[in-house]
Parts: sequence; C-alpha cells; structure tokens
Amino acid sequence: MAAVETTEGAAPAVEEGGVRRRDFINIAAVSFAGVGGLVLLYPLVNQMNASADILALAQIDVDISAIHPGQAIKTIWRKQPIFIRNLTPAEQAQANAVDVSTLRDPQTLAERTKEGHRNWLITLGVCTHLGCVPLGAAQGEPRGEYGGYFCPCHGSQYDTAARIRKGPAPRNLEVPEYAFTSPTQVRIG
Amino acid sequence: MSFPWAEEYKPKHPLMRWFDDRLPLPRLVYNSVGGGYPVPRNLNYAWNFGVLAGMALTLQIVTGIVLAMHYNSNADTAFNSVEHIMRDVNQGWFLRYAHSNGASFFFLVTYIHIFRGLYYGSYKAPREMVWMLGLVIFLLMMATAFMGYVLPWGQMSFWAAKVITGLFSAIPLVGDPIQHWLLGGFAPDQPTLTRFFSLHYLLPFVIAGVIILHIWALHIPGSGNPTGVDVKSPQDTVPFHPYYTAKDGFGAGLGLILLTILIFYLPNYLGHPVNYVAANPLSTPAHIVPEWYFWPFYAILRAFTSDFILPAKLWGVLAMFSSILLLFFLPWLDKSPVRSGSYRPTFRIFFWIWIFDVLVLGWCGGKPAEEPFVMISELATAYYFAFFLIILPILSIVERTKPLPNSISESVLHGEAAEAAPADLTGATPAQA
Repeated sequence: MAAVETTEGAAPAVEEGGVRRRDFINIAAVSFAGVGGLVLLYPLVNQMNASADILALAQIDVDISAIHPGQAIKTIWRKQPIFIRNLTPAEQAQANAVDVSTLRDPQTLAERTKEGHRNWLITLGVCTHLGCVPLGAAQGEPRGEYGGYFCPCHGSQYDTAARIRKGPAPRNLEVPEYAFTSPTQVRIG
Repeated sequence: MSFPWAEEYKPKHPLMRWFDDRLPLPRLVYNSVGGGYPVPRNLNYAWNFGVLAGMALTLQIVTGIVLAMHYNSNADTAFNSVEHIMRDVNQGWFLRYAHSNGASFFFLVTYIHIFRGLYYGSYKAPREMVWMLGLVIFLLMMATAFMGYVLPWGQMSFWAAKVITGLFSAIPLVGDPIQHWLLGGFAPDQPTLTRFFSLHYLLPFVIAGVIILHIWALHIPGSGNPTGVDVKSPQDTVPFHPYYTAKDGFGAGLGLILLTILIFYLPNYLGHPVNYVAANPLSTPAHIVPEWYFWPFYAILRAFTSDFILPAKLWGVLAMFSSILLLFFLPWLDKSPVRSGSYRPTFRIFFWIWIFDVLVLGWCGGKPAEEPFVMISELATAYYFAFFLIILPILSIVERTKPLPNSISESVLHGEAAEAAPADLTGATPAQA
C-alpha cells in the first residue's frame, strides 16, 4: 500500500497532543452525520403524535339544561367519556362534610367545580387506575359505597365529588378544562 | 471473503468475542463492509452508486412504513388520507415528499449504477450473476414504484393503473383475463388499490433480500474496477473500511444534498399536478405520462404504430419488456475479453451514443404521442436494440482494444505511459514487453 504510505508521509507530522488533522476531520464528519441522523429521527417520531385534525376537534359545547338534580349524562370529548352531573344539595353537603386531609388526593368540592355552578360536577369518565369507565352516571348503575362512581374493573370507589375514596386508583377523576358560556351551555376543552 | 490476504476479524473486546463465537454476525459485517473486505484501490466515484442505492432503499422503507401509519387504502378515502398526511400529520408533508422524491432519487442512482456496470463491463464473467440479480432488483423496483404511484388515487394514479395493467391485455387470447385478474375487476377499483398497497409494502423487503444475494454474489469474485484488470496481489487492494466507507460517505453527503434540495425546494418538480385531482374513472387527463424514470420504456412502448404480422399494440409491449429482458443476455452478447470501456475505443463511442439514445428516448417518453416524437422514438428504439443485438456482438470480434495495464497497482502508480505496450486481448499475461 505504497500510495497510502506516501499520503501519510506527505501529511503534516503528528501535532501537539498526538492529534492529526485527519483525526479532526474524521471526528467532525462522523459527528455531523450523527447529528443529522438524530435530527431526522424527530419527524419520524413526531409523526405519531396527535395530528392537527385530531387536535382541532378537541373542544365541544354541551347543553346541560335537561339534566335534573341527581341526574348525570355521559358525553364524548377527545374520544373519551365525560360525566356531567347535577349534584343535589344533599350530595354537595355529603362531599363538603369530608375532612380533606384524610383523602388520598386531597381536594375540596369547591376546587373541583366552578364559582356559581357548585352543583355541576364535570369530570372525565376515565378511572385513574387503568382507564376503565366507572359506573354511576346512568340511572340504575351502582354508585359504590360513597354515592359517586364505582369502577367495576378493579373496584375503585369515588364519592359525590368524584374523589377517590377506596380501591387502587391513585387520583380523583380528572376535571377537564371547561367554562360556562351560558347558564345552560358548557364548553369543554 | 474473496482474497486470501483479507484481514481476519479479531474482536478486541471480550464481549464482542463472546458474541462472535456464538453468532458470527460481527464477523459477517466486518467481512462485508468492514476492514475484512479487500477492494481494488483504484475505484472512482462511479462505484459510489451501489451504496447510494442501498441508502435510497433504506430511506424508502423507513418513510414508507411511517406513511403507512396514516395512509388509508380505501378507494373512497385514499386520496383524502394523502391530503391528511400533507396537512394534518406532524411533518407529514416532509415524510411524503421524502418518499416521493426518494423514489426518483432511488431510480437516478440505480440508473447511474447500471450505466457504470455497462461502461466498465461489470456484467462480464465472473460477475454475470451479480448483473442478473441487479436486473431482478431493477424489475422489482419498477413494479414497486408503479404500485406506489397508484396509492394516492389521484387522476394519474388511476390512469397509470389502467394503462399499465392494459399492457397485459396485449397478450393474445389470455390478455383480457390477465388484466382483469391483476385489477380484480374490469377497471381499477377497491380490489386494485388494496392489493397494490399490500404488494407495495411487501416488495421493498423482497428487494432487500435480493440485494443481499446481489452483494453475496459480488463478494465471491470481489468488486470490479475501472481498468477491468483482475486483482492480482495485496498491493492492488485496500480494505473497504476506512477507505471506501469514507469515499462512500462523501458521495452519500453529495447525494443527500441533491435529495434535500428536491424535498425542500422542488418537491413537486418531478410530479404531475393532475395527480392532485382525485381519481375519476370517467375522464382521462389530456396528457398522461408516467414518472420520468419510466419515460425511456414508455417511448419504446409507443414507438410501434403499425401492425406487422402481430398487432402494433403487442409489438410495443413486447419491445418494452424485451428492452429490459435483453439485458439478462448481455454477458453472452458482448464476448469481448476486455471488460472496461476505457480500453475499448470503438465500444466507447457506441456506448456514449447509446447513453444519448436512452436520454432521447426518455425525452420522447415525456412528450405527447405525436410527431416528431413518434418518429424519433422509432429511430431511438432501433438503435437501442441494435446496440445490444448487432453492435456489441460484432464489436467483440472486430474491435482492436487498447493495451491493458499489467495490474491495478501499475495503472495507479506508473500512469498511462507505462501502459503503451502492445495489446494483449487475453488480459491474462502482462502486456509489458
């Protein structure tokens, strides 16, 4: 490999610290290609995130005028069930009577509802344990020991403020972002 | 693998030794594209295109798998799902443009790879199998690209499916049943789209498999080189890594610059605007042409306009398929013992005319089927076949070739002067007096 040796001989001798120009070029080229490869990974990974059309449907308006006290409805938001419940004064009192410090996920009913609409409990119908839909929204379904919701999958029990009281679920049923656009209209998302 | 002086794989790290003893995969890689594969030291940049083609296939498979996560192979929703990819999916526009321009890039580098093989006689013994496997890959590529083009279900997609499957209807007696079998109906529709999607997903992996055979067959005799002279001693070779990994890396960089210019600045330059109109079985676009990489073959197809014993339609189809199938017989049509076109002065002239001829065919293939393009296509088609069937066999008998260098090292180190010795066509004994 005479030609190779000639090239080596012609190149400047090893510089200080034993680093040759070729080492620098080698490291620079491979690093550049490596960074380029990593950048290319970004679109390949990000394409699996929710697309613009999915995100565009992330807000819904619900008419709640037909829900009487003590009743609840199920609706769908972001492909997930939403429970909208009109709490009776007794249910509100029951929720407020609980000592918050004893709860697994301490929250008051006031923190989970809106000012002036304390009777409207709006939560995701997704158990915080492993994602099943708890029972208790429809007429005749079991509501569990605490009169809220009961998840049949692994026995999580929620109270009238949809707070976790018993069973494996770690957190209260999630309250989505929402606002009342009129006394009978609520916009979720 | 190929030469006795090939460096043996000696893992330095105990973990690699442990792994290699149980599954010699590191050894396989080392002997295929590492320091263990001795390669002629005189390869020029024409030898970059095999690696570039492999890179293009990888890019197509990666972007294709990702696009298939969003594409919908339903005749009612396919077109909209492509628009969904373009507008809604995160960076979907990039992935789709990379895939559609990646196909063009794949064909471009593959054509240069094939031209390299033709000029330097890479198809000659002992590499006939490498050549023929390459042609199989090329045919698979054409099928894959065609079916991929149908998937967006635009106007060009639909009519491409109709016209290309229509080629088979030229076959006497069984033509129509074959076309209906391919389409799964009387015209392109849901069954066509579903099966094309299935096959478009499958065939790239078949291509990858045949590429493994292609490289396997190549590594038996080892890579050819621009002189066409066999490797004779360790002085003639350098290890693939780092010498050709570096050279291929540089070529890959240039190739990617070209591809990214297409993707980011000219994403629709090679496409047809009418394919952004949804498929309509009741209206053929005014000017229907395939993608650029099929133009030469499309010109050959249209070059036959009058019935002569057989119908013109059948002649066109036969000629088009023959233009590729003919290449399988190339190792036996060109019997010249000198491989490289650099030492074949007469061949070289006809070769460059042939390259020009293919470009002319390509140019005509992209034009409407009217004069003067039909006449030019006819002449160019005649030369295309004459080059292989008449010129090459005659040249291999009558051509007086230039003297070959004694060895690769000599041609590299001594320059051209030392090669001016009397010609020796066998190439087996040194030409030096």
